[in-house]
Order: sequence, then C-alpha cells, then structure tokens
Amino acid sequence: MNNLMPRNDLFLLLGFTAVVLTMPIWLAPFGAGYPDLLQRFMIFGIFAVGFNILFGLTGYLSFGHAAFFGVGSYAAVWSFKLLTLDAIPAMIFAVLISGLFALLIGFLCLRRSGIYFSILTLAFAQMSYNLAYSVLTPITNGETGLQLTINDPRVLDAAMGQGFAGQPVPTLLGQQMSGYAGFYFCAGFLILSFFIAQRIAGSPFGMMLKAIKSNQTRMQFTGFNTRPYALSAFVISGMYAGLAGALLAVTDPLAGAERMQWTASGEVVLMTILGGVGTLVGPVIGAWIIKYFENILSALNDNILARFWSFLPDGVADVVVKVTSKFVGDGWHLTLGLVFVIIVIFLPGGIMEGVRRLAALFRRSGSSSAKPSARTQPAE
Amino acid sequence: MTIFKRGVSRRRVLQTGLAGIIGSGVAPLVFTKGAWAQEFCNNPTGDTVTFGLNLPLTGTYAEEGADEQKAYELAIAHLNGEGDGGLLNVLTPSALKGNGILGKKVAFVSSDSQTKSDVARAGATRMIERDGAIMITGGSSSGEAIAVQGLCQEMGVIFMAGLTHSNDTTGKDKRRYGFRHFFNAYQSGIGLGPVLGQEYGADRRAYHLTADYTWGWTQEESMKEATEALGWETVAAVRTPLGATDYSQYLTPILNSGADVLILNHYGLDMVNSLTQAVQFGMRDRQANGKDFQIVTPLISELMAKGAGESVKGIFGTSNWHWNLQDPGSVAFTKSFGAAYGTPPSQAAHTAYVQALLYADAVERAGTFYPPEVIKALEGFEFDGMGNGRTLYRAEDHQCMKSILVVQGNESPTSEFDVLNVVQEVDRDVTTYDPSIFGGDLGPAEPVPMCA
Repeated sequence: MNNLMPRNDLFLLLGFTAVVLTMPIWLAPFGAGYPDLLQRFMIFGIFAVGFNILFGLTGYLSFGHAAFFGVGSYAAVWSFKLLTLDAIPAMIFAVLISGLFALLIGFLCLRRSGIYFSILTLAFAQMSYNLAYSVLTPITNGETGLQLTINDPRVLDAAMGQGFAGQPVPTLLGQQMSGYAGFYFCAGFLILSFFIAQRIAGSPFGMMLKAIKSNQTRMQFTGFNTRPYALSAFVISGMYAGLAGALLAVTDPLAGAERMQWTASGEVVLMTILGGVGTLVGPVIGAWIIKYFENILSALNDNILARFWSFLPDGVADVVVKVTSKFVGDGWHLTLGLVFVIIVIFLPGGIMEGVRRLAALFRRSGSSSAKPSARTQPAE
Repeated sequence: MTIFKRGVSRRRVLQTGLAGIIGSGVAPLVFTKGAWAQEFCNNPTGDTVTFGLNLPLTGTYAEEGADEQKAYELAIAHLNGEGDGGLLNVLTPSALKGNGILGKKVAFVSSDSQTKSDVARAGATRMIERDGAIMITGGSSSGEAIAVQGLCQEMGVIFMAGLTHSNDTTGKDKRRYGFRHFFNAYQSGIGLGPVLGQEYGADRRAYHLTADYTWGWTQEESMKEATEALGWETVAAVRTPLGATDYSQYLTPILNSGADVLILNHYGLDMVNSLTQAVQFGMRDRQANGKDFQIVTPLISELMAKGAGESVKGIFGTSNWHWNLQDPGSVAFTKSFGAAYGTPPSQAAHTAYVQALLYADAVERAGTFYPPEVIKALEGFEFDGMGNGRTLYRAEDHQCMKSILVVQGNESPTSEFDVLNVVQEVDRDVTTYDPSIFGGDLGPAEPVPMCA
C-alpha cells in the first residue's frame, strides 16, 4: 500500500487540507473570515480545479465553462423544488445533468482545436445564457432567478411526511447548509476534488492528456485516437463545474442566469492563468485571489478610503482618495486587470511560478552561492 | 552574469509591486469586525447599529441607485440628529427622537448590486455575515428585491425594499421579513387606466415592449388588464432583455403591426434608450388607424424623464411621488435633500428615505431590535406626513396603501428638473386592492432564523 500515492503528492494533499480547513482562522485578519466568502472560495476553487483538467492538462481553452456551472445550479435548485431539500440528491442530479450537457457540447466542439474550439465553446455558452434568459424562462425564471418557495411540491419530502415552517432552505440530513456548516461541506468537496484531480494528473490517463497538450498530431500519427481522451477530460471538467454550481445553489438557493454569462466563463480562465496553468494548487489560489478582490475591493467606498487616508494632510488626502477610489468599489475590475497584467508580464506561469522562483532563490542562496554554474543545464 | 542581474531586478519589481498591492488591498480591512454570538441575527450590542444598503451603483438602474444612496445617507444623518431633521418633524405618529435608534447611533455599510440578482444576494450576505447589518434595504430592480427578500427571510433579517414595482414583491413572492413602501404595477394600472381612456379614447390598439423579468411581466399583465377594460385591443407584447441598448429591431415591427399606442414597460436606462429611439423612429409624428400614434410609459421617474429630454414631452405615466407636491412632508424632504445635494430628490430617493425612517420608527415603538417584534410594529401601521397622504402598511402583504400620481412629461419645462407635471393624484381608496388576488404566502416570523 506504500505506493498508493507518491509521497510528495500525499504531503501536498495534507498541506492543502490543513490550509483549507483552517481558513476561517487565518483569513479573519484579512476581513475574509465570514462564511459566505469562504464558501465562494471553496466553490470557485472546485470550478477552477476542474477547468484546469481541461485547460492545464489537455491544453483545450474553453471559453464557455460557466454554462456547465449554471446548468449545475439550475439542476440543483430544481431538485430542491421537486424532490427534496436534501443536498445529496441535488448534487448527484446536478453533476449528472452537467456531465450530459458537457458530453453534448464537447462532442460538437472537440471537432476543432485551438482558437476555433474556444470560439465554439464561447458560442454555446452564450447561447445557453440567452436561452436561460429568454426562451427557457419557464425553467429558469429568467432575469429574476429561480428561487425556492413554500409551496414547491418536494415529492420525496412530502412522501416522508416532512413539513417545513418558514422559508425552505437546503439541508444535509436535517442540518442546514448555510454559514460555517456550508463552508465545511464545500471544503470537503474541494479537498475531494483536489484529490481526484491529483490522481488524474498522475495516472496514465493524465499522461495521455498531457501528451495531447504537447503534440496532438504526433499522438495521432503514432496511432492513438485522441478524441475520446479529450472528450473525457471535457466531460470531467464539465462535471466539476456542475458540482461547483450545485454547491453554490446548496449554500445559497437561488440560480440566476448571470452566472452563465461569458464574463463568468472568462473569470475562471483568469483564475487559472493567474494561479498557474497546469499546476494543481495554482488555479485554486487564483480563484481565491479573484474572489477576495471581488468581495473586498468592491465593498470599499469613499468613506472608508477617506478614513484610511485621514493621516495625510487635507489636500493630499483628498487627491489620494480620489485616485484610489477609482480602483475600489465598482472600479475593482481595474485593480484586477492591473494585477493580471503584472502577473502575466512578469510571471507568465502565474503565481505558482513566483513561488517556484522564490523557492529556487532560497535554495540557491541557502546551499552555496559560490558555484552557480554547477547546476545541470537542459540539453536543448 | 548579466542574466542573473536582470533576474534580480525583475524579481525586485515584482516583490515591491505585489507588496504594494497586498498592502493597499488588505490594510483598510483592519476596520472590519467579526460577528459574535447572539440570540438573533446581528443583535447590536455596541453603541452603533448598522444598516446594510444594497444599491445598484452600476448597470441599467445605476442612476436610481446613486440617488437612493444619497437619500439613505441623509436619512441616517437625520436619525442621528444631524442636519435639519427632514421628515422626522412631520411624521405622525412618530416615536423617533433624533438620537439614533434606541439610543444607538446609526451607521451603514453599502454594496454594489450591479442590477443583478446574484450579485445583490452575495452583497447582502456579506453585509449580514461580516458587517453585522441589522436591516437590509435598497435595490432598484424587482429581480434584486425578490432575491434579497428571500435571503433575508432565510437569515432572519428585515428587508425594507427600495424601488421595486413588480406585483410579485408583495404578491406571489411576498415574505414575512420583507416590506415595501413603493407602489406596484397593479396600482399603476388602476391610476393610469382612466386617464388613458379619457385622453386617447376607448378604441385603441396597444403594442407592449416589456423588460424581460418579474417587474416587466407583472406590469405588462396589469397594463393589459387596465387597457383592455377600457376596450383597447392588445396587438402584441414583446419581451426585451434587461440592459439592451439598441431597440431598433424591436421598434421596426411596430410600424406594420397596426398598433396605434406603444406601451413601454421599461425602466431606468432601458426606458431612456427605448423611448428616445422610438421618438427618433418618428413614432410620435405618425398616424395609425386614423389617429395620432401615442407612447405610454406606465412607470416613470424624473431621472428618466431628464435622461430622455425632449422625447418625454406629453407622455403619460405614473409615479410614487413627485418633489413638487405641496404637502409639508414633500416640501420638507425636497428642502433637506436640495440643501444637501443641490438637486431635487427622485421618487427612488423618497421611498428609500421613508423606508429607513419607518424601520427606525418601528424599532422605537417595539422597544427592541428583535425582528418579530419590529415586524408586528410595522404590520398594520398607519401614518401620515411622508408625502403620500395617510398611508397604511398593510398586514396581509406588507404593501403600503397610499395615494399615487399620474404624471405627464412637461411640454414647457422651466428648469432641468421640472420635467414631469402631476396630472392627477389618485386617492388611496381607489388604489387599494384585495391582497388575495396575487396569492403567495408570507411565512412565519418565528422561530427567528439564525444567521451564521
């Protein structure tokens, strides 16, 4: 059983678990230690890990992943409405539906690669968004968003004789899924997703995906049919997105069409690139950073800034507040853009490359700075 | 060696850059505080109490959101005894003392809802969980209002709706923890119907363009009902996405549809765009079925009328309130708002201001922030002096029953704010309707849900 998992992977998983589970403690000083944001960290972490299986491992850049996310949410909310308020059936249902949806879209889109693939996925996602917004209004409730109501049928709950007082909320075996309970529930799934992604990356299947990324044509010439592998990766990644969407519906039972918009698809691409494409931890960190900036910066307003800069002389403070206010509140995208540009220019491999470089720096200065030329050089 | 040097300098750039970003991003958060254990959600234990303002500062309804924010800041100043006291002096009966609420100073946090339901809900959750908001208020879209109202019911926090005009807010989707002062589409229909009949006759063919979400749907339904009762015929009702900018594809079919009235169920920037483009299409100069072609905007505010400029002249609509009313409440509010911001307040600002005061007053009368007691104090509360005559917070659906206004775009405005004329004040007895027609269920107030 020793070689169930390579030792480094095990340490990475344990470290990751520890970091995730202690988040409410170490994020509190940063103003992010409240359940709603923590839940989002987990949910978008799962989304990004799944996206990375397609983009990072297989090299297919999908610009339409938000569609699967949205489908997962809608499926989960419908399960709450029609079947039961329990979270487990809703999530199974959501993952299955989004998997099927991914199979359909993947089957069509994977006929092309590169930019054509990206545009195709973008087109399908935008189509789903517009359908959810207009034609499918009876299913999605359009712009208003799909909500739970007291009068929903909930067949299974009714059969078990469970009544509800007040606003119905999703539960797990009777435990309500809001607040910290919801956070630990999502955290469990993030760790599980991370573990599965780790196993996929290390498996022969993962090796195939990496081979597709490095040179698909060469693979085909050696007699491999790459399509099934790419399609599997697409479906798995779509299911991850569906799981994330379902979790978002579990912790906050409202599904709106906005979460399928192309901006949402773009966001997960940003998360992955910001954190580090192809690395396991990178996309999760990218997701955390973007969600953190979104929630924290967009909540700052002129009053808070004025208080923060109040130590400056009057005239200067006004100018500084005026300038900085462009970067917070509804202008937080500007900050995000700047960070993104800086990262892409200086660290093309994302934050994980920064971490690697720092580690290398420490190692170099730690061992001995006298013989830097003794390092092995790549052959090419 | 040179490569090595370049590496160092690049890294240094990066480090300083990142340190700067993290420093400026994180440092202001020292001001935020954590939640604590309590017997109901966000029981204020310190000497301040926090309102959560959930406002669309970007998106289609951004202008209304900005005006609401001004009104909330003014209301909070007045509640804390600053400024000229505004409507505190004219509200009857009133338990407000001008020393905050139950002796606690009122503070606020705000969040940009971007005119999107999802974002509005996330913002409200943040304000409740992290910032300890005792009450959530605001919103300029019914989609937002219904989404946030549902959330507040789950969390056990009172929601004082801002600008929301959909019948569903206090109809099908009403909640025990949600309250609305603004009027609704059904009341618009009651008020506007007779005026349209009188002005345009009983033999008209109407074409609807409708914003595609809960508010548009219910307003279209209410307007159909009101106009068909006059004997009008509905030619077609076409849905347009919220936030559309180009309406030409929707306007062209109207020309050949045989319709002679266009009813625009749009609001905010949508209405400014659709109305302006309809007028540019020459619709108002047209003849159809031997009559002058007319445009009706069932819900209109002075902000939109200002935005639409020339196009709005002579067009009929309804409003919740107008700054030019001459009762003491309206005069007092227009005066304080004008003194603070230099412009007259919009109807959105008015309803926002009144909602903040009514909540504070209810807490004072209940003597506690405990939500079920505050709800009891608001239900069935009858008051006067807020600019809409005697008003009742109806217990059955948490909808305010009060008089509303039928307005018309001013043909010869004397200033840039004098864009709407009040044609008729529709009395409360006329606008009152049976709450059971929309169905829905308020749900219980107790047990009080606990937020995390």
